[in-house]
Amino acid sequence: MIEFIEIIFTAGFWAATIRIACPLILATIGEVLCERAGVLNLGIEGIMSIGAMVGWMTVYLGADLYTGILAALVIGGIFGLLHAVFTVYLGASQHVTGIGITMLASSLGFFCFKLILPASTTPPKIKPFQPIDIPFLSELPFLGPAFFQHTPFTYLAILVVVFAFWLMNSTPLGLSIKMAGENPMALEAQGIDVFLVRTIAVVLGSALMAVGGAYLTLSAFDAFYFGMINGRGWIAIALVIFASWKPERALIGALLFAGLDAYQVRAQQLAGAIIPYQFFLMLPFLLSIVAMVIAAKRTRYPKALLIPFRRGERH
Amino acid sequence: MLKFRLEERTKSPYWLIILSPFIAILVAIILAGILIVLAGANPFESYYQLIIGAFGSKNSFAETLARATPIILTGLAASIAFKAKFWNIGAEGQLYFGALATTFFGTGLIVLPSTLMIPFLFVMGALAGGLLLLPLVLLKLYYKVDEVVTTLLLNFVVVLLVSYLLEGPWKDPMSLGWPQGKSVIDEGVLPQVLSKTRLHLGFIISVFLAFSVWFILSKTVIGYRIKSVGLNASAASHAGVPIFKTVLIVAILSGGMAGMAGVTETAGLKGYLTLDLSPGFGYAGIAVAMLANLNPIGVIFSGIFLASIYVGADAMSRAMNVPTYLADVIVALTVLCILLSLVFVHYRVLFFGAKKDD
Repeated sequence: MIEFIEIIFTAGFWAATIRIACPLILATIGEVLCERAGVLNLGIEGIMSIGAMVGWMTVYLGADLYTGILAALVIGGIFGLLHAVFTVYLGASQHVTGIGITMLASSLGFFCFKLILPASTTPPKIKPFQPIDIPFLSELPFLGPAFFQHTPFTYLAILVVVFAFWLMNSTPLGLSIKMAGENPMALEAQGIDVFLVRTIAVVLGSALMAVGGAYLTLSAFDAFYFGMINGRGWIAIALVIFASWKPERALIGALLFAGLDAYQVRAQQLAGAIIPYQFFLMLPFLLSIVAMVIAAKRTRYPKALLIPFRRGERH
Repeated sequence: MLKFRLEERTKSPYWLIILSPFIAILVAIILAGILIVLAGANPFESYYQLIIGAFGSKNSFAETLARATPIILTGLAASIAFKAKFWNIGAEGQLYFGALATTFFGTGLIVLPSTLMIPFLFVMGALAGGLLLLPLVLLKLYYKVDEVVTTLLLNFVVVLLVSYLLEGPWKDPMSLGWPQGKSVIDEGVLPQVLSKTRLHLGFIISVFLAFSVWFILSKTVIGYRIKSVGLNASAASHAGVPIFKTVLIVAILSGGMAGMAGVTETAGLKGYLTLDLSPGFGYAGIAVAMLANLNPIGVIFSGIFLASIYVGADAMSRAMNVPTYLADVIVALTVLCILLSLVFVHYRVLFFGAKKDD
């Protein structure tokens, strides 16, 4: 039994936790931005998928890794804009639009991948981000290999949390986003364009989701596979609720979740002979459902979430 | 910046309601045509190949209807749920649960004459699908846990469960290492309805179920309650509609339809359970329901339409070297175009400064 406890005292476990958490952190923060503005974005799964594809393909076709991130950012923003035109400006169903965007983004990504690389039996690889050692800190025992020997993309993801926290809590735009999701009528009364604020939030949020997808192909792995997102987007949506729509809690939620995931992979190696691997793979999804049930009691949705704002329908 | 607002139409023109899905499909096909050009193929010839592939011969037409069978059922599942604004996106998992029930009861555990065995399997499949959805409905009703996320997440769990069963305890020892379930016994297999094709009784059953759902939704008290809950739950509650009971019925009907899609695929098309039983039929059902404007009779036609895209795209892909993912792109574009058309059916766009003409 002692082996199961020893797992959490290995640097590898903590490093893996951070690695697994990064795409979730980026996607969850992205969804937080959308939902705080009052827009549910179920396009997340597809946007992550096309972000992973576009980021990877950009690098595969010769650009450098940072251009790859930028390309993912742009494609995510474009799909975010599409989502915003439908849900914000036209007031279409946020549920169905999101599912439609997920279907479109992922199928378009697969289509383009097959078009550019028609006959690849083994997925081609790129040279992904390499870990960089942070001077001095990386030489610390245990803490060094656990926290200070990650890729630049990983540190970038942590910076995004800081940025999102600052944006939501210390800027006029953050305040406007929160008002757009709580009381859009009051925001409009102050002469601020609710449509524009919501659009900015959805575009920015979707761009982050796509970057979260690109983390998988540019940092965590080195290739693009069909279905590699594998429900991470839906898990991020559960994490948003678990995190009560707060960026800093999203970070904690994602780390907690990733920690359990990293643990199960290692426990699986110890107990694999007894418990079939499928049950370990179910854990993230079941945990997400459990997390939502736990959070349900104190859940307070943004008041205007799912409600389209229409000018001239002031009551 | 272009300023405009949407004004709700008091009455949508009839021609607009009838024409809007066709316009939406046309726009989706034109947009996908641009992708065909990008792929270096002639879009007209490609679409010609697609139509031939879907309807060109008795065999291909039968294949299209066979493919439409599960999509009609998952389309009905989405239609019933969405009518009540209950967002069941878990048809994929419910389909597999229905397939698991078919394998459990249909591979020798119980042997009945065919006339009883087939209805029995459908009932069991429907129960399994409804049963999978039930805990999520209760979580929604008691704890307000969002059903969109839970139904989506459970899809992944169910597929993993199927994977475990097919590689482990339920693996057919005769299948030579390929993970598949035992064959459904002869009494339970859905008979062919067109000789020398894969078209089976399931198609006729799915059409019959579409009419049944239409009847329930438009001619019964339950149907009236379902619609009223969807239109305005709090008003319906004040008017004395039992919300709890209604949502429960919706979920069981919706999960049941998706579960029966698992029965048609296991006992009809394949004869046994495989891990690739459904290439996303559950998600296609959402597109089918939207295209039919949640009308159960419309679901029959939109289901056949979507099936023809999937079946035809395979033929087109072989002839024109366009990736088959084009079919999924067309379906996704159709969903978005339908949403767009619904906006214009229900609202008129007024640009700021424009004169109202009525």
